[in-house]
Amino acid sequence: MRRELLLRQVTKLAAVTLVGALALTATACGGSSSSSKSSGDKGVGLAFDVGGRGDNSFNDASYAGMQKAMDEFHIKGKSLTPREGESEDDKVQRLVQLAKEGYNPVVGVGVVYSGAVKKVSQQFPKTSFAVIDAADNKGPNIANLVFTEEQSSYLVGVAAALQTKTNTVGFIGGVKFPLIQKFEAGFVQGVHDTNPKVKVLVKYLASPPNFSKGFGDPTEGANAAKGQLDSKADVIYSAAGASGDGAIKVISQSGKTAWAIGVDKDQYKQPSLAPYKKIILTSAMKDAEGAVYNFVKSVVKDKKPQVGVVPHSLSDGGVDYAKSNPTLTDNKAAVDKIEAAKKKIINGEIKVRTTP
Amino acid sequence: MKKFDKDRVILGIAAPVLAVVFAMVLSSLIVLISGKNPFDAFRLMFEYAQGADVQVLILNRATVYYIAAIAVAIGFRMNLFNIGVDGQYRLAAMLAAAAGGAMHLPGPLHILMIIITAIAVGGAWAGVAALLKVRRGVSEVVSTIMLNAIATSLIAYLMHTDILGRQPPGSNNVTTTPLDDTAWFPGIGVDVDGQRMEVYGFIFVAAALGVGFHYMLSRTKFGFDLRAAGASDSAAVASGVNTKRMVLISMLLSGGLAGLIGLPQLLGETHSYGLVDFPAGIGFTGIAIALLGRNSPVGIAFGALLWAFLDRSAPNLDFNGYEKEIATIMQGLIVISVVVAYELVRRYGLRRQQQQVGEQLAQAARKNPEEVAA
Repeated sequence: MRRELLLRQVTKLAAVTLVGALALTATACGGSSSSSKSSGDKGVGLAFDVGGRGDNSFNDASYAGMQKAMDEFHIKGKSLTPREGESEDDKVQRLVQLAKEGYNPVVGVGVVYSGAVKKVSQQFPKTSFAVIDAADNKGPNIANLVFTEEQSSYLVGVAAALQTKTNTVGFIGGVKFPLIQKFEAGFVQGVHDTNPKVKVLVKYLASPPNFSKGFGDPTEGANAAKGQLDSKADVIYSAAGASGDGAIKVISQSGKTAWAIGVDKDQYKQPSLAPYKKIILTSAMKDAEGAVYNFVKSVVKDKKPQVGVVPHSLSDGGVDYAKSNPTLTDNKAAVDKIEAAKKKIINGEIKVRTTP
Repeated sequence: MKKFDKDRVILGIAAPVLAVVFAMVLSSLIVLISGKNPFDAFRLMFEYAQGADVQVLILNRATVYYIAAIAVAIGFRMNLFNIGVDGQYRLAAMLAAAAGGAMHLPGPLHILMIIITAIAVGGAWAGVAALLKVRRGVSEVVSTIMLNAIATSLIAYLMHTDILGRQPPGSNNVTTTPLDDTAWFPGIGVDVDGQRMEVYGFIFVAAALGVGFHYMLSRTKFGFDLRAAGASDSAAVASGVNTKRMVLISMLLSGGLAGLIGLPQLLGETHSYGLVDFPAGIGFTGIAIALLGRNSPVGIAFGALLWAFLDRSAPNLDFNGYEKEIATIMQGLIVISVVVAYELVRRYGLRRQQQQVGEQLAQAARKNPEEVAA
């Protein structure tokens, strides 16, 4: 009797859990979430990295590229933003939704889309996909848009070494993983090739998976910059997205003669940083805008989609250093040295490391 | 007793239904404030979830959430707040992935070894907090939060390319060595417009865990001790329960189960642990779902499905120009509503019970006045 009762309870429990689950799939087996299979004329689909629009950095630059292509080729587009702490199947879901609704090309912004793009591209062979910051996705319809961030970082490293009076400079990285370590490697090499006596302080704000702390928290950037200023650093390069804004602000308000180096865009021209722009010596720029624009152009206008690894480097202007702040541009000797280094990198005389 | 059961069932269903309705009303208000039509928003979510592909995704997500919530619930039943589930599963998944990648074994054995590694690591990490609590009286709330942070750093350290990590050429991610296909957990294939999708085979493991949890709670001495100690520490001690031992065991169980959270994805989908893209934060979602499901295996199943549905249908809001945060707000509102609703229903039930008992006594008194007077 007792055993029977128990058995009944257990079976009931199992039944409820499983039936509930299976009923859900059974109701619509075979059909998928969208009935309309368009031919791919909806325009550009863009899937953002964490942070989305308004990050003043990478996502915004990609969006600008998409916007430019939309205006120029008179096409439409849609951009989607992820949530914090997603897993790969969330990214897959997002890309599938774009491709299925007929968006072509589809761009995944950031290394987090790497695996997802590979999976979805096989499912939609007629759609062109691109992923930014990853080079390991092979497929007839995938473009890997990559940048040689170590080269631009090398150049701002040269600028930092020439500018420092205390022989100490700082590097602030957002999150410690290979992409950001490329920035560190290039910067450190640039500093030491210029002046081996200069000390480089290196600080990372967070480890994966704390991306919002690393790239989205100006307070963290400010604290790190404060620490490096106290350790006598007078030029600080932050490769930390929006967290870097905090570093720039602190450096400007420290009352010391100290400089900041920006990242991704020419931050001297960034409206939200206008009050502090005097101390932004230069920026290591990465032309995500141009990369996205060119990719969309190759699909929509030229009808010859980019595939494989599409590098963006110093030689094609994909990365560069900013020449906006008069403090740098008026220093003829410094600019000459940076330009000389740039030439050497382009013609292969200087090989820049990608790992610290 | 029998008559009371019906009331209880009605009251039991009333609370969650009330909560979901209340949460929907509140979220409708929020959508209205954002200047959009709430019914359209709900319609978008439901329509999107009609697709078989989305349903597969919902089931997979619910599987993961279910395991997470059960892990949390075991602690809750013992009055232990294991906030460390998050760190426990990430560390367990990472080390299990690394161990699995280094092993070459025939299928079932390979999978078994990975599962055992994950349980052991999760349990050991929770065991640190358990030992601190039993030996030194350190609150597990504090120690597990700290251990989460330590786990993050430890994973970052172990994933160095010269230790356990490897960086595929051209990739900006660091992963563990990919698992041989002997370690791929078979899934249930579903055909969606000619495209094969898979429901995690782990859904059966999750269901079995739920059944096991139910059995343990209601049919074993350990389960009885657990509930007794959770309800009242001193009463449990008085009746001869060794509460320190209970704390240790339930924390180890909670951590061991937490170790399984990452496995559906690891064994069923990515086949390696990626430093940059392995999901984080599921442990915290598990806490919310355990609250939602009132720590009961069936309640948690519904909670996990509801949560997964909201998660998976939110992208369609974003796609159609609605704020996708609506779904996040709804998740939060549902948890609050559930807590409030259960309390309201509990008070109502208590009052009802008192009235009934009072009435019965009064009736009895009317029948034999002498006896009562005497």
